[in-house]
Amino acid sequence: MTIWVLRGLRDGVVTTRWPARPDEYADSWRGPVVVRDGMPPIGAQAHDEATPADQDLASLCPTGAIMADGDRVRVDQGRCILCGRCVARRPDLFAWSQGATGPRAAVLSRQALIVPGAPETDAAIEAARVELARRVRALRRSVHVRHVDAGSDGSEEWEIQALLGPVYDVSRLGVFFTASPRHADVLLVTGAGVAGMRPSLRTTYDGMPDPKVVMAAGTDAISGGMLSPGNHGADGVVPIDVWVPGSPPSPFSLLKGLLVAVGQLAGNPVRRP
Amino acid sequence: MTVVVRGDAASPPSAIVAAAGVAACWQQVQARIATSQRLAGLFTAGAIGPGRDGALTLSAHLARPGGIDTLQAALPPGATGYPALTPLVGAAFWYERVIHDLAGLVPHGHPRLAPLVRPGSPAAGHSPGRHVAGYGLFTIPHGPVRSGVLESMEYLVETPGEAIPHLNMRIFYKHRGIAARFAGLGVADGVLLAERAEGVASVAHALAYCHAIESIAGCAVPAQAALLRVVHAELERVANHLDAAARLCDASGLAVATARLALHKERVLRLVGALCGSRFGRGVIVPGGVSAPAALAPADLVAAAGAMEKAISADAGSLMGTSSFLDRLRGTGPLTQARAREHGALGPVGKASGYADDARVARPYDAYPLTLAPVAMDPAGDALARLQVRWEEVGQSLDLVRQAAARLADNSNKRQREPGLLASCDPADGRAVGWAEAPQGEVVYDVTLSAGRIVACQPRSASFHNLVLMHEVFRGDILTDFPFIEASFGLSVAGAAL
Repeated sequence: MTIWVLRGLRDGVVTTRWPARPDEYADSWRGPVVVRDGMPPIGAQAHDEATPADQDLASLCPTGAIMADGDRVRVDQGRCILCGRCVARRPDLFAWSQGATGPRAAVLSRQALIVPGAPETDAAIEAARVELARRVRALRRSVHVRHVDAGSDGSEEWEIQALLGPVYDVSRLGVFFTASPRHADVLLVTGAGVAGMRPSLRTTYDGMPDPKVVMAAGTDAISGGMLSPGNHGADGVVPIDVWVPGSPPSPFSLLKGLLVAVGQLAGNPVRRP
Repeated sequence: MTVVVRGDAASPPSAIVAAAGVAACWQQVQARIATSQRLAGLFTAGAIGPGRDGALTLSAHLARPGGIDTLQAALPPGATGYPALTPLVGAAFWYERVIHDLAGLVPHGHPRLAPLVRPGSPAAGHSPGRHVAGYGLFTIPHGPVRSGVLESMEYLVETPGEAIPHLNMRIFYKHRGIAARFAGLGVADGVLLAERAEGVASVAHALAYCHAIESIAGCAVPAQAALLRVVHAELERVANHLDAAARLCDASGLAVATARLALHKERVLRLVGALCGSRFGRGVIVPGGVSAPAALAPADLVAAAGAMEKAISADAGSLMGTSSFLDRLRGTGPLTQARAREHGALGPVGKASGYADDARVARPYDAYPLTLAPVAMDPAGDALARLQVRWEEVGQSLDLVRQAAARLADNSNKRQREPGLLASCDPADGRAVGWAEAPQGEVVYDVTLSAGRIVACQPRSASFHNLVLMHEVFRGDILTDFPFIEASFGLSVAGAAL
């Protein structure tokens, strides 16, 4: 028995201090793709054989996350599976985002995952944040989470299980996992929402009492990932409140998503001019 | 360290052989199995491919030392059924149920043709039915939404209260139609889908797929790339085995051991992420080699693997000296050696029952002929044996990582310029079978290309092949042994349901 105690004392505290203090691993995380700032509009570039047209840009992405319309390029991070092809082929346009707990790690509207964001979505985000805050006022101190695998590849479950381990230790933040939907406040959905699981996902949601919050974790749960079209994740099956992109998302992003869901953290704050 | 030398004269390369009709094909399958070859898969193809005029073919994959042969039989056009293989070769049991679900073909003579990957329609009366009759017997349905953070799957446990005379598994809830999704993809996109077929074994699936592509293209992977592939494959093995061990500790209520193993697993995932940017080794394996050099210097990798091995073996040693833990595993979920051999049980499940057909030894690929140590075996067949095999494999894997990293450093020092990591690989047409040893066991990919695009790609995960054996290991065990047996199998539902 003492050997475990001694080993534990020797290794010290392995738990992250986030969100109270910044975490180096979280900050160095390689996240979904963003479009580089200061990039001139496509139409303004001199066209030669090496410069692909709009269609070629969009076809770079296996899940259709790149939208090139006219002189604007945007990336839908809810579709990005982090394959890196666009970053490798067009490093002038695309780059990895950095950080697992930034403003885009957990968002309150689907539109907020499309980067660079359009200004008109900020008002919608703020409205969503206010509504969610009102709904979860009673949940700030302690929440119970019910996870449902709606057709994942298995890796998202590993990242959620990591939250229960000593490095992330979600219980220090008042978050616990429960088996019964009746005891749950947050529904955490992973996977592409395949036909076999849609009824069970909906039944689980219906079995949860109000107030409840739904978090779609991972690109598959947000948009179906490589299994779209045909599968759209939790979209259309249950109403989603918080979106956490990633393939799979970092445990830090999941942590942020849970804290945003219960109002302990602000979800993507309104951009100041 | 023993070096396994491949006798090329004794083991011809993998072949695809056409048989004249299904009956003749089954005779050849049986004949090969009698010479200790193993059924590695049975699939149907041709329903949707272009230029196939709708004629369906059955392909049986037979694994042998040195390669995997494919015996193929064409069905007459318009055929709705064929004589089943299961009465002759029991290992085909679940494969033929999948063929029935996905292609609609009826294998005549199949003992139990219930839906497996597609739920049956209620009108057709597809309910599992009771297998055991007796006073006080009832069925506990558990799942698909299960208690704990687990993949979705339903167990129908027939029990009089404690013992489990029969267990039914329904995996169709998570069926994603992965095999069908491959059709029409380019070769590069195919790797992305393969990585996500079984997300906890991304590297192994990518390897098996790329081996098939490289076989079609006839390209050889550069030595540096082969070594880096070994590093990622072995780190994936360590993470999976730590996960299985942690789940066993969790089932037995050993919170400290569970936490420490979770810590070691987190360190492995962070190391993989430091090497390539993805905690699951995605984006590394590409046809022809690897996509980028390791982001850590070989010396750092050797140091990290060494520290990991020391820490893990200390905790594993303490755990395996905890008698209350061992008591839960000893004698639990026994799989007999005869049954393991007959079915061709893969990976640690097979090795723990005295049957080993490790693809890294029997059908070496990438850098494995250069560096592999002897395979761990333990014929007791229970959950304890499966865990012991996993601990041995963890030690071997970290040793392989150190060996591969040392060779990576050697090769870099010897050459003036940066050694190549990617051979040119532009396959156009052809079909080949690729394989790799995933943590759960051998993964097989049967890929057919036309004009550089995938016509058909059939993955076969070890999880699918092994999961059916869970029906048979509850002899004398009770309900509370259930999580131990499930964790000791260490399989992924995503890989089983595909």
